[in-house]
Amino acid sequence: MASAAMAAPPKKHPKSPKSSGSRPRIPTWAWALPPVAVLGLVFLYPLALVVQQSFQPDTGGTSLQPYADVLASPSFLEALRTTVWIAVAATVGALVLGFVLALVIAFVPFPGGKAVARFIDVFLSFPSFLITLALLFIYGTVGMANGLWTDVTGAAEGPFQFLTTPWGVLLAEITYFTPFVMRPLLAAFSGIDTAQLEVASSLGARPARIVRQVILPEARPALAAGGSLVLVLCLNEFGIVLFTGAKGVTTLPMLVYSKAILESDYPGACVVAVVNVLVSVGLYGLYRVVSRRAGA
Amino acid sequence: MSGGSGIRFDRVSVAYDGTTVLDSLDLTVEPGEVMALLGPSGSGKTTALRAVAGFVRPASGRVFIGDRDVTALPPHRRGVGMVVQQYALFPHMRVEDNVAFGLRAQKVAKGEIRGRVAEALEMTGMAAYARRHPRELSGGQQQRVAIARALAIRPGVLLLDEPLSALDAQLRSGMLAELSRLHRELPDMSILYVTHDQIEALTLADRIAVMDKARLRDVGTPRELYRAPRTAFTASFVGNANLLPVTVGAEGVAFGGTELKVATGDAAPGASATLCVRPHLVGLGTGPNQVAGTVSEVQWRGATHRLYVDVAGHRVMADLRELREPPAHGDSVLLHFAPDDAVLLSAGVTTDG
Repeated sequence: MASAAMAAPPKKHPKSPKSSGSRPRIPTWAWALPPVAVLGLVFLYPLALVVQQSFQPDTGGTSLQPYADVLASPSFLEALRTTVWIAVAATVGALVLGFVLALVIAFVPFPGGKAVARFIDVFLSFPSFLITLALLFIYGTVGMANGLWTDVTGAAEGPFQFLTTPWGVLLAEITYFTPFVMRPLLAAFSGIDTAQLEVASSLGARPARIVRQVILPEARPALAAGGSLVLVLCLNEFGIVLFTGAKGVTTLPMLVYSKAILESDYPGACVVAVVNVLVSVGLYGLYRVVSRRAGA
Repeated sequence: MSGGSGIRFDRVSVAYDGTTVLDSLDLTVEPGEVMALLGPSGSGKTTALRAVAGFVRPASGRVFIGDRDVTALPPHRRGVGMVVQQYALFPHMRVEDNVAFGLRAQKVAKGEIRGRVAEALEMTGMAAYARRHPRELSGGQQQRVAIARALAIRPGVLLLDEPLSALDAQLRSGMLAELSRLHRELPDMSILYVTHDQIEALTLADRIAVMDKARLRDVGTPRELYRAPRTAFTASFVGNANLLPVTVGAEGVAFGGTELKVATGDAAPGASATLCVRPHLVGLGTGPNQVAGTVSEVQWRGATHRLYVDVAGHRVMADLRELREPPAHGDSVLLHFAPDDAVLLSAGVTTDG
């Protein structure tokens, strides 16, 4: 084999460069130009405009004044805090719930298991506000759950009022983003040799030990991938927060929206947007570092 | 787990989606015995092993390990060692942690684990590789680690599911010798060895259970099954065989008009039967029990020549020590075999004619 492979190329080699003719060859890096141009035009240029705007207060000139104003405002700090904790909590929740659900779908044989796995794919294509809307129907102030309660007890209000609180946003985000974790996990689980699980149990390991010591280590890269994706998506989530109608829950994207559209404070909105991008990139980077150190 | 438990299948049937994959298996593996389950794929042999390990639940019947009825026990409470074809080592654990896995799962005292891991690795010749990861080992080394991992828990019963199929021929014969040695060192451990390879079964097993189409066809020592097969299936699956349709006569059998002297046992004269003659026991030229035929094909296999000879409309195989001047296609030849080298299959006798 090896000698045949070594012998073959020299025959063709002297001829192949000439057969391409005298046309000048396009350097490899040139192929990168069109995508970079498109990327720059539709993505980087608008981003640069946003950054530029954030340094131009309404009073004219270029200064750090918008940053000083926004960073000092309590509403911004509150939004920053809310955004980060909801995103982190939603990511943790989606990871835990997604891991458990994927585990069941992948390893517990039940009728319709394949259909459920297929449905996960469809779920990923749903718009995020759809989930919130569905939750509103069930848990909203005049939703099914509260309706049932008031019908049965005759009370004026139902007990489910959490949807307009941060907890409602958290519930909606976990519900919506869990499939994003399950997708890579199911792919990782399908790569685990079931013989490993069988041998582990014949060696005396109970299911909990098998999950912890055999499945979890092999799922770590998938957890890292799914988790980082969900974290970034949660930090920038807008539709869910808007649709829960949670007035008290202001996240950074909501703040951008209210500054830009409601208050016409463009520099302020751009400052918040820039901060939002920095937080996303920063947390994402931190997550990658941590998960890599954890052996992913 | 102390050694010497043995395995007993008591009318064990297994069905998947209405298809019976194992049909009322009755089989006992004695303590310390090596039993090979030999059969083609789909014969139910792997299902039988999985029923012992606890990965399939019998539709009916009971499985015993020692005198414990384990039919309803989950796999982790059965205390069997298992080695599978594709090794199934835990990829993210070092060799020593793979071997220690079962001991930790069974809550063996920390101080004892180190010694037992070392002992198991020593036994399989892998002591020098304790700190490696599975991906840094060759296939044969990985299989040794898998065996060490199974032995570390000191099981009374070791289940081997086609353990050598993924190895190349040379490694396989080395590992066969290793497995025999391990069994000599652990004489109390019963071994259930699933294979489709007759050489592995003949080499290693104390007894062979021949399986086909979800049923047990034959059980016996390798020598019994090879020298005196009961059925045509056993004859052709354990070794090669010429299966000749014959009519039982007074002092032998008639094959295509030729009288052959063989022991007929208690078969009644006039009955039709099947005569089994091993190809390597067939000689070329004149001799006792000779038949005439035409060479239809000659295969040179290095050490031997395989002749296919048409005798009275039947194809007879003869494996002959390499011939200086082999006969050519179409030549007329004489074949012969000693009366002792032929066996009348007892299960194939029918007294309709």
